[in-house]
Amino acid sequence: MTSINIADLQELIAAGAQVVEVLPRPDYEKLHLPGAISLPLAELNAETAQRLDRARDVVVYCWDGL
Amino acid sequence: MSPRAACRLATLGFTRVYDYTPGKVDWLARGLPGEGTRADEPTAGSLARHDVATCPLDAAPGDVLRAIADSPHGYALVLSPGGVVLGRVRKSALQTLGDGDPIDTVLEPRPQTIRPHLTQRKLEERFEAYGFQTLVVTRPDGTLIGVVRRDEIVTS
Repeated sequence: MTSINIADLQELIAAGAQVVEVLPRPDYEKLHLPGAISLPLAELNAETAQRLDRARDVVVYCWDGL
Repeated sequence: MSPRAACRLATLGFTRVYDYTPGKVDWLARGLPGEGTRADEPTAGSLARHDVATCPLDAAPGDVLRAIADSPHGYALVLSPGGVVLGRVRKSALQTLGDGDPIDTVLEPRPQTIRPHLTQRKLEERFEAYGFQTLVVTRPDGTLIGVVRRDEIVTS
């Protein structure tokens, strides 16, 4: 796992990365990054992770990493 | 939270996982667009005024007073060379100094700061609850964006 900054993120998005918000769904519904997928940490498991394409980069984010 | 999610994905066999650790706070602080039911709400970042006087810590009191006179606020924000807000100096306090005196003797080191993604509704609550007249809007790294004033935010 690699921690990235805004420049890295924008490069990865341009290259087709999947952007995943892991905050609770109400936070996502109010405001999220353009095109982001909602996959709350509390719901993250083998089954829900099947929504993601393993062949592509995955970028996760929350509010500020805490 | 995102570091744990990234690790969880790794344990599930994902090998191309990145953690945008600065997160949504960083994205919004940069004025980048969002999506969602509250994406169009005014925020501290969009409401911030950019006309506050600023100065370095080694500025002469007279220079700071002249900068304040050219602004609509009664104070200046003291910034580090990198733009981090170090504190505030009020006009009334500066007027007690001689021009050779260091301004850090009247520096208020902890002005109330807020993040730019705070919505107008939350701003109103903050002003009402704590009685602030001004809040300083900063990025997560502490650098200055601007200031918001109670008389321009609280309508009732």
